Amino acid sequence: MKTDYDVIIVGAGAAGLAAGKICASANLNTLIIDRENRTGGILNQCIHNGFGLKYFKEELTGPEFSCRLAKQARDAGAFFALNSTVTSIKKLADGTFDLRVLSRENAVQHLHCKAILLAMGCRERTRGAITTPGCRPAGIFTAGNAQKLLNREGKLPGKSAVIVGSGDIGLIMARRLRWCGIEVKAVIEIMPYTAGLTRNVVQCLNDFDIPLFLSTSVVNINGKERVSSVIAAPVDEKRQPDMNKAFEIPCDTVLFSVGLIPEMELARQLGIKENQATGGAEINSNYSTSVPGVFTAGNVLHVHDLVDFVAEEAEYAGKCIAEYLSGKQINNDFNAAVGKNLKYVIPNRFDPDTDTRFLFRPLIVTDRAVLTASVNEKILWRKTLKFVRPAEMITAEISADTLPGAVVFDLEESK
Amino acid sequence: MIYDVAIIGGGATGGATAYHLSRYQLNTILLERGHEVCSGVSKANSGIIHGGFHHPSDKLKTRLEIRGNHLMEKLHQDLHFPYLKCGILVVAYSPDELDQLHKLYEQGLANNVPDMELCSRKRLFELESKLDDSAVGGFFAPHGGTIEPYRYVFALIECALKNGVSLKCDFQVTAGNFNNKYWEIYSGDGRKIKAKYIVNAAGLFADEVSSCLGGENFKIFPRKGEEYLLDRNSAGRPSKIIFPVPVKHSKGVLVIPTAGGTTMIGPTAEITDDKTDTSTTADNFSKILTLTQKMIKGIAAKDLITSFAGLRPIHESEDFYITHDSRMPALIHAAGIQSPGLTASPAIGEYITTLLHDAGLPLIENPAFDGTLPPLPETATLSDEELLQHHQNDPACTNIICRCETISESEIIAAVKRGHTTVDGVKFFTRAGMGRCQGGFCTAKILQIISRESGIPMEKLTKSGRNSRILAGKLGDLEVKL
Repeated sequence: MKTDYDVIIVGAGAAGLAAGKICASANLNTLIIDRENRTGGILNQCIHNGFGLKYFKEELTGPEFSCRLAKQARDAGAFFALNSTVTSIKKLADGTFDLRVLSRENAVQHLHCKAILLAMGCRERTRGAITTPGCRPAGIFTAGNAQKLLNREGKLPGKSAVIVGSGDIGLIMARRLRWCGIEVKAVIEIMPYTAGLTRNVVQCLNDFDIPLFLSTSVVNINGKERVSSVIAAPVDEKRQPDMNKAFEIPCDTVLFSVGLIPEMELARQLGIKENQATGGAEINSNYSTSVPGVFTAGNVLHVHDLVDFVAEEAEYAGKCIAEYLSGKQINNDFNAAVGKNLKYVIPNRFDPDTDTRFLFRPLIVTDRAVLTASVNEKILWRKTLKFVRPAEMITAEISADTLPGAVVFDLEESK
Repeated sequence: MIYDVAIIGGGATGGATAYHLSRYQLNTILLERGHEVCSGVSKANSGIIHGGFHHPSDKLKTRLEIRGNHLMEKLHQDLHFPYLKCGILVVAYSPDELDQLHKLYEQGLANNVPDMELCSRKRLFELESKLDDSAVGGFFAPHGGTIEPYRYVFALIECALKNGVSLKCDFQVTAGNFNNKYWEIYSGDGRKIKAKYIVNAAGLFADEVSSCLGGENFKIFPRKGEEYLLDRNSAGRPSKIIFPVPVKHSKGVLVIPTAGGTTMIGPTAEITDDKTDTSTTADNFSKILTLTQKMIKGIAAKDLITSFAGLRPIHESEDFYITHDSRMPALIHAAGIQSPGLTASPAIGEYITTLLHDAGLPLIENPAFDGTLPPLPETATLSDEELLQHHQNDPACTNIICRCETISESEIIAAVKRGHTTVDGVKFFTRAGMGRCQGGFCTAKILQIISRESGIPMEKLTKSGRNSRILAGKLGDLEVKL
């Protein structure tokens, strides 16, 4: 196996494959590394449909989506190293990178490259991370873990379930469990709105009469050996439960779908500047990080709602890597920041002389809002939005020469 | 067969006793109520090897703690369980705590704790730069640290078994009688064991075991401690164990660099009346977080991986209760083994052996005794050269299964080969599933490996034995009603 590449992509999910396709098409010597024995990442366990409507202009399942993308990357000439775990990434004195890779086949290897794309995706927030109190019996899973056991291993995680949190995987799993004969007693969400896409609430809960409890928190999990019940209680505006109104739901399984966290740990040793709001890296408009030669895209950068957006974003990052390796300089002159009602903006720095696509995560639920861009407290750009939800990303294309300085974006509800 | 000694309880006390007894020509059997050993008090231990200064020298636990601390080093060299010899820093965070701090230091001197160092504020920060600015003084006890308590107990028992000790799990003692020659001990499922002597090391249930054997009445009170585990990348991982100045009934809330590389904060100390209540609460997390954030910089809620609770078995004397039973012959209690029980356990094993000898048990050295285990290669800590070498005979050593803790397939196979066929057993032996994703990515792979290596179908695998099944069956088993 060769050990020197122009670009090494860590992760063969949607982001890694889409970027790999573009890099290889640009005649870059491209290697895509993944720990699993097949490409596709989490898409492999997403056997439901709804993928690809934007990117492939047709509706696909997760495995179909990833197989198409993998074929495109392979046809473009990308190389793959599967069953391979990157354990460290180091930047060498000459600006190139050394990746230490462990695999059953090749024991331990050191691979070298001129540019890296971080495409490691994200992991699920766990019950432990949100400190749900109670016992720790068998029968508690993250929604994605249960999805893998069911869809990849053909095993049932339980017989009657409560789903905590209303993230997309949790909603998809509610329907999936019903289709396997598993009773879904409730979906419990602490916020007054669902965390997942509206279409998933309709198709996965409403169509199956699965009860959804909003503004409700799980205050205890019971069961010594296997889960026996959960105790839920409505919460006030400060998310404090009202124990007088607590109620018990008997079940043998609890699935947690309480958020996703960019899997950035591998990149920490590179000293990349991180973005507290996303959990991923801070990036320039060409998806490069604070460490020259290190790029990032997909869910390790920020958690996306749709895989189509991941693939589009990673294609763009792939194009930027090719430009970087051909010596093109970019001028990331100005900072982009968020003000009112927005959790974050991507990218964090931009070039005022080129068109830039900005992505935002809103913090409010409203059916009419105005997104504004201000430089020196003067509004220079605005866009009216319909149907704003935290679960749905906002995109704004802003043309060159619109923003001549550091920009602050605000989102205001309009009456 | 009539065993010489039956030890009831496969935790740190029972394990250390079994290990020590295996030096002699004896037939010893270890009886454990759980599906695997180390599944009670010792499992939820914070893993601290204490320094010997927390209690006065007239306490039995102090003598055994100091002796145990001394013996731990040799055991670590022989058995290769992870041991981080980082030392202990006791810190006063306000001037009015200095009096109490000095008393503790004086107590350590009186207990002959070696190499303690009283520290100026400047020296404190040299030893630990992450201390909160409010620290005013403290002392350093270099001969303390953290071990992985389950790995320690597993190793003691594995080595005891290698030297001829027998083990029965899922053996919950429910009755026993003594016929002047030997004991007949019964389990709940009808099995019977005969033994000349009994060591009652039943942890939280030592009082119930004594009573069902017709022994003396005493009571064990559970005192609950909740612990919270932080990611290995936490900026709040100190280089030493950080103790505050202690309060009544508790050594206080600590910041502990675990031997596995994560950081633990806790524990609480609350009396409960339920010996099976290991639930955690939301209030205690915020309490512990607030307390420890005032001790060490960089501790953040975002780094929380998981929480757990353990129960300390408290005897009314607040000391260890290690003694011959006052009613029944050939019965020795090792009860009330709360903190510093883990530290003291090697010495408790020795001490119980002496008590057995006093009661008439002949001790003839076993010339074939080998108190060592071969080290287990841990992929996460091996160099490239070492990995290449291991890989020649064992290609699975570079196949990573648990990504968060970098645990290889070889390590999981090694756990199953040693009898760990539950998910928790494998987790506590290897650390697979203990990291930040809490098994979200690797559970399916681990189930496959356990099933393949043990021959147990995946659907029958449990978290920790009995009815703790992980799965409910296979796709198609349930009727679908839409």
